[in-house]
Amino acid sequence: MSRASVSLAILAAILVALPFLLGNYALSVATLILYFAYTGQAWNVMMGFAGQLSLGHAVYVGVGAYAAGSLFFHYGIGPWAGVLLAMALCVALGLIIGFLAFRFRISGVYFALLTIAFAEFTRIGFDHLDWTGGPGGMFLRVAQRDTWDLANFRGPPLMYYYAMLALAAGAFALCAWLLRSRAGYYWQAIREDEEAAQALGINTFRWKLLAVAISAAMTAVAGVFFAFYYNNLFPEQIFHISRSIEIILGPVIGGVGTLFGPVLGATVLTLLSDGITEALAAVGWEIPGIKQVFYGVVLLAVVMFLPNGIWPALARRLRL
Amino acid sequence: MPAEIYLNVAVSGLLTGLVYGLMALGLSVIFGVVRVVNFAHGEMMTIAMYLAVVLFSHYRLDPLVMMVPIAGVLFALGYVMQRGLINPFINRPEHSQFMLLVALALILVNGLLIVFGPDAQGVQTSYSFASFAVGRLIVDANKIYAALAALAVAAALFAFFRYTLAGKAIRACADNYAGALVVGLDVKRLYALTFGIGAACVGAAGCMMVLLVDVTPPLGPAYTLLAFVIVIVGGLGSMGGALLGGVLIGVSEALAGLFIAPSAKSMFSFGLLILILLLRPQGLLGRRT
Repeated sequence: MSRASVSLAILAAILVALPFLLGNYALSVATLILYFAYTGQAWNVMMGFAGQLSLGHAVYVGVGAYAAGSLFFHYGIGPWAGVLLAMALCVALGLIIGFLAFRFRISGVYFALLTIAFAEFTRIGFDHLDWTGGPGGMFLRVAQRDTWDLANFRGPPLMYYYAMLALAAGAFALCAWLLRSRAGYYWQAIREDEEAAQALGINTFRWKLLAVAISAAMTAVAGVFFAFYYNNLFPEQIFHISRSIEIILGPVIGGVGTLFGPVLGATVLTLLSDGITEALAAVGWEIPGIKQVFYGVVLLAVVMFLPNGIWPALARRLRL
Repeated sequence: MPAEIYLNVAVSGLLTGLVYGLMALGLSVIFGVVRVVNFAHGEMMTIAMYLAVVLFSHYRLDPLVMMVPIAGVLFALGYVMQRGLINPFINRPEHSQFMLLVALALILVNGLLIVFGPDAQGVQTSYSFASFAVGRLIVDANKIYAALAALAVAAALFAFFRYTLAGKAIRACADNYAGALVVGLDVKRLYALTFGIGAACVGAAGCMMVLLVDVTPPLGPAYTLLAFVIVIVGGLGSMGGALLGGVLIGVSEALAGLFIAPSAKSMFSFGLLILILLLRPQGLLGRRT
């Protein structure tokens, strides 16, 4: 086995054993890391592989969460059916955005702004949709935390951790496979030079749409997890542009287009944010906003000094 | 409802729209030349608004009079930001530039939160509640003053780009980067100058806006989005387009607030943005590149 696969196996073993080493709080942080590793991986398919910059990925989280949440809230249908609806809706939405953008040859900054516009449009739409609770939010019935109810995806923190671990590992494997598939090579060709790719006979329109669809479907699943993990949904929170930025931070800090970048970025950022909170609490500086300022400064430093992200630099150092 | 209500609302939207337009003009100038989308634009606007609030509440200095020094402070901020932070990112990919400005915006908006707290702050000038009556049309005095000031600053900017040497040099950079280098223009300095001018525009716009609305830190990101909508509608990089877009968005927001619901007004703007991107991606007055 290569160094890389040995390291990966060790990492997997640690992650599976982690709940038995951590307390409840640390487990929730670990779950959050996996969540951002997963959403980052999903975003990376579109931007890192196919070069299409989406700044509105919160729209897929939100639509996915509301789709499965509404089914459960109104009809008592659990998330296993809900996730199918969520994925179908998000793929449809992604295809609409992608179709319009690519048909009308919108790219670069303009495409990014179009994705923001769709996310904001949807946010305000949900604010005025009474069926999902409008701005007052939607609250899912919170079940017992000590019994496992897999049909309705209710259970102890352990269950959510393993569900997120399975999703993150699945996304990693899927992306590893995608990168080496025909689609992956076409995407990278499009990312590097779209006109050249077209000249070689690649139907760039269709392959870009495929990237959007896969990314949207993956993000929709994260939305379903979000709905059943937090049990309350507010348009103002879930569709907000800062949610979209959160999704992007991990892969950008870790390394856009790399497999391990989103995982590393999510870990670094979540631990950093948590560490800053604790450090500030320890010195008694609990002023609103100060945490985000520190966070912003670190972000600034990483973007300035490691333009390709942490992972490529680290991987060279580790000879992986 | 009587007809003059619609007219009153439309005129009020038009006047506010001119201030929006000046704000967006700053974004448009920066993008048109430096080719960087300033994702911290609205945050810079709120900095100017807070400066105006502080100067007014401590020294009773009128925001419209303080427009020039505040625009100067913002100019310096923009100049330094471009020189020190953004310049190394000029040739980096868009997502990298985006992260840089998002980090800056995060620092600015939360810095303001630490300094000024979350409560809304505003100014109350002697003319805050005055109004002019033209026939049956009633217009707030502060909106008139703000709109006139916005037009004056925009006119000064047009004149700068048209008649001064520095303005022409900046336009040359925008038209042909390599050509500008060949004839010996100091492109780095001109870029910093441009970013400073864009920031000064938004600084002046902030002084006018503070007459119309109270300022809170989260207003920054909201204005950033609004400025994007306006410049895309008007045409990114087109100066007249930014003003036209501002007026369009101002009027349509005001009317949407009247006809539908005030909370739905920005949905209308984003809907307009999506339509424009699809039907005329270069914007109403933009040139196809």
